[in-house]
Amino acid sequence: MANIGIYVELKEDKLKKSNKEAISLAKRSEKDVYVIIFTNNLDQHLDELKGIKNIIQIKDQDLTYQPDYYSDTIANIIKDYNLNDFIGICSAQGKDLFPRIAAKIDASLVNDCIEIDFKNNSITKPVFAGRLLAKYRVENEFKMYTIRPNVFPVQAFGSEENPEIITKELNKKELKTKIVDIIKSDLKKIDLTEADIIVSGGRGMKEKENFKILEDIAQLLNAGVGASRAAVDAGFATSDMQVGQTGKVVNPKLYIACGVPGAIQHFAGMKTSKVIVAINKDSEAPIFKKADYGIVGDLFKIVPLLKKELENILE
Amino acid sequence: MNIFVCIKQVPDTEATLSVKDGKTINENNIKWIISPYDEYAIEEALKVKEKTPESNVTLITLGPKRCESALRSGLAMGAENAIHIETEEHIDNKTIARAIAYAIKQEGDYNLIFIGKQAIDDDAFLTHIYIAEYLGIPVATNVTLFKYESEKVFVEREIDGGEKEKIEMTTPCVIGAAKGLNTPRYPSLMGMMKAKKIPIKKLSLQDLEIEEIDNKIIIEKLFAPAEKPQGKIIEGEIENAVKELVRVLKDEVKVL
Repeated sequence: MANIGIYVELKEDKLKKSNKEAISLAKRSEKDVYVIIFTNNLDQHLDELKGIKNIIQIKDQDLTYQPDYYSDTIANIIKDYNLNDFIGICSAQGKDLFPRIAAKIDASLVNDCIEIDFKNNSITKPVFAGRLLAKYRVENEFKMYTIRPNVFPVQAFGSEENPEIITKELNKKELKTKIVDIIKSDLKKIDLTEADIIVSGGRGMKEKENFKILEDIAQLLNAGVGASRAAVDAGFATSDMQVGQTGKVVNPKLYIACGVPGAIQHFAGMKTSKVIVAINKDSEAPIFKKADYGIVGDLFKIVPLLKKELENILE
Repeated sequence: MNIFVCIKQVPDTEATLSVKDGKTINENNIKWIISPYDEYAIEEALKVKEKTPESNVTLITLGPKRCESALRSGLAMGAENAIHIETEEHIDNKTIARAIAYAIKQEGDYNLIFIGKQAIDDDAFLTHIYIAEYLGIPVATNVTLFKYESEKVFVEREIDGGEKEKIEMTTPCVIGAAKGLNTPRYPSLMGMMKAKKIPIKKLSLQDLEIEEIDNKIIIEKLFAPAEKPQGKIIEGEIENAVKELVRVLKDEVKVL
């Protein structure tokens, strides 16, 4: 019997937002759904896992993410429970963990999926930084996918009877790649790949200190702050903020580009945003061809006005 | 110390892409480059070499004949050796990784393997981790800082939300290079002259005991996504334009 499995990604023992997208996708397949969750406090997550029939809980004194422990543990479970389709999130952790599992069990893995058809084993994913899309057919007994955040719709789950909970120990066979510490960011940054709103600055921000005006708006909207490659290369922003072909691919509901002329490489990283707003003083800037709404003018005048107006409506 | 760098030749990021036969890109008039993340990998390898006596850097690539120019560029940056696994066929990431792992093993001892965390054509994020798994050695991906000290490797890798993981590994190991790791050097004129004379070792898939290509991931269709319709410039005094923008975002498209 072929089942479908999900790796539930936790961040500080909280479910990452896109797990719901993965769960909804799995439920729509009409196969038996198994979730694998690494936690010692399952009770606090049961509400969010409502509608799931089988929960495999992994317990250990120390559940700190270690790719070797996690991949060995999951690889065994996929085989033992016939999880022939296995889904995770295309996050930093997903991209680290899933290929290791796929190599161990000789599964075929496609990262960054935006469409999955379980019946026909076909998958669509962006290639060339989203300038093209590729539709693949996967011919393997075991298929794995990481999904792009903010793409798959979330549905409410019917509350099934109580789930069956299976408890397992972490497989601590071998630790080759050893994570010894996590360096927290000094600012509490919103994860750009999962952000609903992103405010982004380009070369037109002129200097590092000016990003403060974008951060102010981001704070109001609970948004992430992004940057163009030019802004990163000029030292206005850090490289983890870069959106584009050699940075992050983001997919928010709203992307506000300030002083970003809109190079093809930048556009590649944000073009699937639901609504794109451009603020730029050059009316000929390519960004205006791609944006849903644009205002031509001095961003240092417009952004503060925007902040004031947002404060008004959010009151 | 034997250092390997795996590189892939990809279309330039500025290249205009069109689809041929519904499954591949049209290669006419394309300028080819080394995938940018692989350039970080080359640079880091060269930095290690410069600090470590008696070490050498070997480039390795898999692909059609044209990929030779990528190897020449890497040699011009300062690598000593190059291996070209030549094939005109499209093969999936697993088979590519198997071939590369096999080729590296054939060369004898290997200590460090650098490779970009992704190639900017298929954006698969797979090959480097597969290579490590097939060789049974540790791997860190998305690496922005690398340190090597007496057979120990310390790296930092970027994770979500601007945080970083600090990782320890022992050699041999694989490092998936990311932006921020370094600034790749430009080849010097002398480097380019020297690179021309270095013989490139050619291998076929058969040499690597891959007799049959058994792709499990098969391309069915390659296509351009739907274009967005031309947007709207909100005209007028900026005070009014901003008010109108916020109104539209809140009431019409409802994203606020």
